[in-house]
Amino acid sequence: MLAYIIRRVAQSALVLLIVGLVAFAMFRFVGDPIDNMLGQERTAEDIERLRGQLGLDQPFVVQYYRFLENAVQGNFGVSYRQGRPVIDILMERAPATLELAAVSGILAIIFGIALGVFTAIKRNGITANLIMSGSLIGVSLPTFLIGILLIYLFSVELGWLPSFGRGEVVDLGGWSTGFLTASGLKALILPSITLGLYQMTLIMRLVRSEMLEVLRQDYIRFARARGLRDRTVHFRHALKNTMVPVITVIGLQVGAIIAFAIITETVFQWPGVGLLFINAIQFVDIPVMAAYLMLISVMFVGINLIVDILYFFIDPRLRVDRKGGH
Amino acid sequence: MKTTTVLTLTSLLLASAAPLSAETLRWARSGDALTLDPHAQNEGPTHTIRHQMYEPLIIRDVTGAFEPALATEWAPKEGDPNVWVFKLREGVKFHGGEDFTAEDVVFSFNRAKQENSDMKELIGSITEVRAVDDLTVEIVTDGPNPILPSNLTNLFIMDKGWSEANNTVNVQDFEGGEITYATTHANGTGPYVLQSREPDVKTVMTLNENYWGKDQFPLDVTEIVYTPIQNPATRVAALLSGEIDFLQDMPVQDLDRVNGADGLMVRQAPQNRVIFFGLNVGAEDIEADNVDGKNPLADVRVRKAMSMAINRDAIQKVVMRGQSQPAGMIAPPFVNGWTEEMDAESKTDIEGAKALMAEAGYGDGFSIRLDCPNDRYVNDEPICQAAVGMLGQIGIKVNLDAKPKAQHFPLITDSKTDFYMLGWGVPTYDSEYVFNFLVHGREGDIGTWNNTGFDNDELDAKIKSLASNTDLDARNKDIADIWRVVQDEQLYIPIHHQVLNWGMSEKVDIAVDPEDQPKVKYFKMN
Repeated sequence: MLAYIIRRVAQSALVLLIVGLVAFAMFRFVGDPIDNMLGQERTAEDIERLRGQLGLDQPFVVQYYRFLENAVQGNFGVSYRQGRPVIDILMERAPATLELAAVSGILAIIFGIALGVFTAIKRNGITANLIMSGSLIGVSLPTFLIGILLIYLFSVELGWLPSFGRGEVVDLGGWSTGFLTASGLKALILPSITLGLYQMTLIMRLVRSEMLEVLRQDYIRFARARGLRDRTVHFRHALKNTMVPVITVIGLQVGAIIAFAIITETVFQWPGVGLLFINAIQFVDIPVMAAYLMLISVMFVGINLIVDILYFFIDPRLRVDRKGGH
Repeated sequence: MKTTTVLTLTSLLLASAAPLSAETLRWARSGDALTLDPHAQNEGPTHTIRHQMYEPLIIRDVTGAFEPALATEWAPKEGDPNVWVFKLREGVKFHGGEDFTAEDVVFSFNRAKQENSDMKELIGSITEVRAVDDLTVEIVTDGPNPILPSNLTNLFIMDKGWSEANNTVNVQDFEGGEITYATTHANGTGPYVLQSREPDVKTVMTLNENYWGKDQFPLDVTEIVYTPIQNPATRVAALLSGEIDFLQDMPVQDLDRVNGADGLMVRQAPQNRVIFFGLNVGAEDIEADNVDGKNPLADVRVRKAMSMAINRDAIQKVVMRGQSQPAGMIAPPFVNGWTEEMDAESKTDIEGAKALMAEAGYGDGFSIRLDCPNDRYVNDEPICQAAVGMLGQIGIKVNLDAKPKAQHFPLITDSKTDFYMLGWGVPTYDSEYVFNFLVHGREGDIGTWNNTGFDNDELDAKIKSLASNTDLDARNKDIADIWRVVQDEQLYIPIHHQVLNWGMSEKVDIAVDPEDQPKVKYFKMN
């Protein structure tokens, strides 16, 4: 067990290093930050001076090494665009993204599981079929289109909900939250639906198909034969057994929700890290791009690691199998 | 009886309260100011935000004419053409209560000349700034500089004492990463005071009750809430839903939508920006074409033919939906040296163009790469796409390579493109600025954006002499002569002047500023 974890952690570290290397190799293709940083009147000397100062005249491997050297000491550099330490900016932006992701994730899980079970149990009903067809929208429409449609309907036509921003936020010792004000909560509705819709339909379709699979199993038939109530059969026996793959997918999707918040944040001008990353790409703000990419990969690698370890605990068969192998 | 009294009282109260009521201007555009440090970034949106809080000696009003700000009078010193004398406004105070004096002007100019300053090129000719007395400043230049005031309209004045007390004597250094106090705080003399700022999220400013121009300007807006909204569709949606009152960076495809909406309108005016194609005329052979050993662009007949193939009216109508003004020269109409005749010199004539191509020996055409930005100017990529089709009519096969601005502009600076799109604004409102950057050969600090390879020593000497020619008539004649050469050589293919569109709620009353820098003190609220 311990050896397994150590091996996984070592693998994860290697993945992180490679992600960073690839990222730094690609930054040069994003463009030249110097042009954005200096005005139209800049001279050739200004360009040379700044390029030297920022170390952009060095090969990317050297730039990467310097980044790692500083990152290990907790210093992610200074944003080219805002002229402030990247770590400060990320800390300032993280609450917005995390709150949005949390609300979207919770909505997606609750509605996904509930609708999935419903459509599995009543698989020939009209409502279930309508839900299934409707879920195709969630899977197939791109996020930005859903966002724009929601804005058009609820902000422009009906005027119920704000089209952009976080509303009023309250600062709780460095964590700015939108949960405590009416305008903050209202501002969360459209973006969280937009962001969570895909995950919701994904979970729903997965729960449905797993559930249908389980309902065909012998032990369910025996349960029914024993005269157990439908409720008990569906929720105690069937649902529980569908959850293993569902939890895996949810785990992986948590990362996806945070990473894909980029598009939702851009559409709703949500001041999170995703919007920050888009701005950084346009400006070729290398320190911000590097820190964001590292952060996201740390997150993905971390989630995968946790999911792998969780398997050990959730599914007793895995443990037995592994023991048998030794 | 009693109810009537109450009603009368209420209405009286309401009537008396109305003029004092707080008017908030909720303002959005696509991007935020990069910093508040007055001298750290020379960039439009950043200047715009600063203009609400800081002031230069002179500003430009909505027509582009000079208007006294912190200086009340200015003139070259009698007997010494190298010195400009500025009389400063009396009784002005900074937001923090400090008196505005000549010392602050000297300090601010010296700060703007520092290595890290982004404004230093604009005032490169200044060798010394000295305070004669509390309200008089003399600016010494390295030679006579007749257009010096034009370079000072975005040069903001800080308080010396405040800067020293808060350790912001030096311009913000991006590499050093020290967050200076001035990047997040502001202490100017301007009409609005900074209340709070979250970069990229929200900036709030309130009216400066002690502003010197209190009786001179409308100052109807008592609070400004500025929010950048990046996505164009969201920006328009926010205006349509009434969440904002004033919008810059209107997407052209939504103009009719906003104009047709209740309580909203769009105002427009020609912008101080001209869009054109640049051509590498100087090289022996160029890389981007399929002609070996020769540079077709070196032949003026080919350049003329290319210009004649571009149908500017069609671009205006189809690509820009009317939101442009076809151009014949690469200077916006406000600029000293611009003439209506020259701006009408671009004519579409496909047959004539074909004849010229044949005459130049390229009757069968050639192929060439066109480099174009896709996120910098209004409809930049669609304009290039239209040009591809138009040039195809005279046998020039154009391969379009459209990229984000961060990749496009380095091609021009590093001479890696032979045929490219560029837009140019003229902050000094004088042709010398255009010549210095786009016509003069590339030598050190001058001609930095001239990627045409054009280098005419005689013309360069003439351009250089403009800087110190105090005889304005002779100077204007030289400017006209230089333009004649640029026009005849067809160094650039002008496309159009951009038109600015500001979307606003009907309660806002403001004329469009050609530099896209609204100054809220001029806003009237109905």
